[in-house]
Amino acid sequence: MRFATAAPPHYPARTSIALTMRRVLYALVPAAIAHVWYFGSGLLINMLVAAVVAVACEAAVLRLRRRPILPYLTDWSAVLAAVLLAFALPPLTPWWATAIGAMFAIVFAKHLFGGIGFNPFNPAMAGYAVLLIAFPAELNHWLPPRGIDSGLDPVGVGDTLWYVFTGRLPAGLDIDAVTTATPLDAVKTGIGQARTVAEVRAGAVFGDFAGRGWVWINSWFALGGIWLLYKSVIRWHIPVSMLAGLAAMAGFFWILDPGNHAAPGFHLFSGAAMIGAFFIATDPVTAATTVRGRLIYGASIGVLTYLIRAWGGYPDGVAFAVLIMNLCVPVIDHFTRPRVYGHGRH
Amino acid sequence: MSNRAHRVWKFPGGLRLPPHKSASTAEPVATAEPPAVAVLPLSQHAGAASVPIVAAGRRVLAGEPVARANDGISAPLHAPTSGTILAIEDRQVPRPGGPVEPCVILEADGRDQRYEGYEPVDDPQALAPAEIRRLVHEAGIVGLGGAVFPAAVKLEAGDRQPLDTLILNGAECEPYISCDDMLMRERAAHVVHGAQIMLHALSARCCLVAVEHDKPEAIAALKAAVRESGDDRFEVVSVTTAYPAGGERQLIQVLSGREVPAGGLPPDIGYMTQNVGTAAAVSDRFRHGRPLISRVVTVAGGGVASPRNFDARLGTPFAALIAAAGGYTDEAARLVMGGPMMGFALPDDALPVVKATNCIWVAGAADLRRTDDEMPCIRCAECARVCPAVLLPQQLYWYTRARDFEKVVDYAVFDCIECGCCDLVCPSHIPLVSYFRYAKNEIRGRDVQRERAARAQRRHAERNRRLAQRDAEQQAALDEHTRAAQRARAQPREAAGAIDDIMRRAAGHEPPAGRPAGGGDAKDD
Repeated sequence: MRFATAAPPHYPARTSIALTMRRVLYALVPAAIAHVWYFGSGLLINMLVAAVVAVACEAAVLRLRRRPILPYLTDWSAVLAAVLLAFALPPLTPWWATAIGAMFAIVFAKHLFGGIGFNPFNPAMAGYAVLLIAFPAELNHWLPPRGIDSGLDPVGVGDTLWYVFTGRLPAGLDIDAVTTATPLDAVKTGIGQARTVAEVRAGAVFGDFAGRGWVWINSWFALGGIWLLYKSVIRWHIPVSMLAGLAAMAGFFWILDPGNHAAPGFHLFSGAAMIGAFFIATDPVTAATTVRGRLIYGASIGVLTYLIRAWGGYPDGVAFAVLIMNLCVPVIDHFTRPRVYGHGRH
Repeated sequence: MSNRAHRVWKFPGGLRLPPHKSASTAEPVATAEPPAVAVLPLSQHAGAASVPIVAAGRRVLAGEPVARANDGISAPLHAPTSGTILAIEDRQVPRPGGPVEPCVILEADGRDQRYEGYEPVDDPQALAPAEIRRLVHEAGIVGLGGAVFPAAVKLEAGDRQPLDTLILNGAECEPYISCDDMLMRERAAHVVHGAQIMLHALSARCCLVAVEHDKPEAIAALKAAVRESGDDRFEVVSVTTAYPAGGERQLIQVLSGREVPAGGLPPDIGYMTQNVGTAAAVSDRFRHGRPLISRVVTVAGGGVASPRNFDARLGTPFAALIAAAGGYTDEAARLVMGGPMMGFALPDDALPVVKATNCIWVAGAADLRRTDDEMPCIRCAECARVCPAVLLPQQLYWYTRARDFEKVVDYAVFDCIECGCCDLVCPSHIPLVSYFRYAKNEIRGRDVQRERAARAQRRHAERNRRLAQRDAEQQAALDEHTRAAQRARAQPREAAGAIDDIMRRAAGHEPPAGRPAGGGDAKDD
């Protein structure tokens, strides 16, 4: 009897890019539910707009590049980039801003460098950074979390849709009246106005130790991240070192000067700390690959995030910290090569 | 045997793989019928092919040598059963790619008469190490773990440097393969006996018998055999089941915590490994005067009806063993010699069992990877996490694709043991091992080319030097003519005609344009 031959190993691979990406998407579900609970349906609208634009751009560019469309569209990477971008945007982001961000993420940050696997910068964060720099006003439309004041509960689905797609609110509502500063923003502005952290934190947007709602959203991100660790989709080095770097910096300055610096707990559970640690810094394509390299990479993102939050021009710093460290990955990887079996000491 | 438990270390990376061994270990090893026609490739060991010493028409007995070892690293070959040599001709052999190579073809007479040319040795310990090596060599014994390196050559290491530990490798980490497990269960005393002979030949201090901890029957049998022998140099060590714990360098690391230096060999750090089957084969030679003419072969996989181990003669067609194992199932999709990780696929089940045939794995379709769904590398570095050699496969892949072979060497591609762990964890389904094998071939090819180019350059320089020397000699001759002419000019007039003649001739001796007449052209030497 005759048989067809093939090279070893013969066993099938145990995972796939599509499965990896889908699992990351699943892990985002709890945080997404919490987000919608506290800030209304804006996130879902952002996700939808970003995903439609991202998938359309992915298909179009694949076609232009004469690449097979189906295998790449079904790897879920474009959808994941869109969803991560949507999480970074405030609930009342105008649709065109979301679309520009998604387009930039896919076309410029991803495909101009060669598509999946070849992009040096995290596409979602690159798209977000462009929006943050180009449309700072629109990216400031955060809402107060549910439960602060019954009159200011999240804007309804209809009103949100109306605003996102027309830029107008129902009569009697003013965008400045509806939106509010995020906790990170409030701390930053407050300290800038020579108030102490304690005074700022007396404000309504703060909960027990971080921002109302944000504590829960961050916790659910962390839980999803732990599930990803359990499923071996990500490894612990980057999340742990990033959170440790952020906490160490925050702790150091908080002990030195608690009046002007928020506590580590506040930093860990505010803004993009947890989504950054578990979902963004861990993007395999743009992160360091060696074990020591990942520890350096993660810790550096944590430290940079703190520096930008404390002294930079933006309330949060995760996106820029990630993009800056993306730049350093080739160097980090080069200098952290592990010792090969049998080489060097014995 | 002492009760102290030998310390074990871990090797980096590796995978837990479902063992799939219980199907083939349920029944004892069956003795397969000697083949009606045995095909015996002359090259079924590492090193130079053996040289036939029989011609067509010659009658031989079971165990009679049919080919002698070549010079250097090589091993002889013996008739697996009695019969008549039909031919010595080219046949397809069970090696990657199914090449066609010279084989001895033996037609069995069905009587299986034994050759009595090899005397049993009652007291091997009384023999000098060199004599033991001679007997091992003569019996055609090679490493039966798969590398088929001539055992006698390996045993020479004891002469060159003092050895501390002989490791008997019974780890057998690859899924489906259970020939060593069954051999240890059923022939533990032979394993210990063979190891004692090798210990003596090596003058080694002790012997560690390493078995993965999912083979309790084998461990118990070996422990009983060691107790029986009363030899306190032996210790049976249960090592954690993990692929590739049976890799030579990984097993040494597990048992010693030390690494074999890159480019070096285990004896450099005082260790030697031998497969348990090799030890049993050595025992057979000394105890029974039996050369290596059979081995235990696992027949397993979703493609065979009743997986089982067989004691099969060399030259038995795979098809005969598969038939003895109940034949194919409908699922049979690929024929592999070895296991699912490092075994290689073969095109035809008419191919013969050789000394390296530890397993015939007939894969069901569900156990096979697709080859058409490769995606770009997403640099997740899972490959690096599972690499037992601590390589960075993602970088090796990147540089191989870029054909930057200097970088590939710098990232230590030649330390890759091709275990296949990286392939299994790659989410992009990249056939990494195939890339690395390709890179190794390219680099070796380039080295050969570079060596050829260097030789050509040396020849070219030598030629230039010769040409330059000739020119220099001609110039010297010309100078001599000129001087003669000058001397003649000072001579009386009647010589002038002759001198003019000389001058004219000298003018024709101008060296060719572009090549200086000096001797400096040979500087390339």
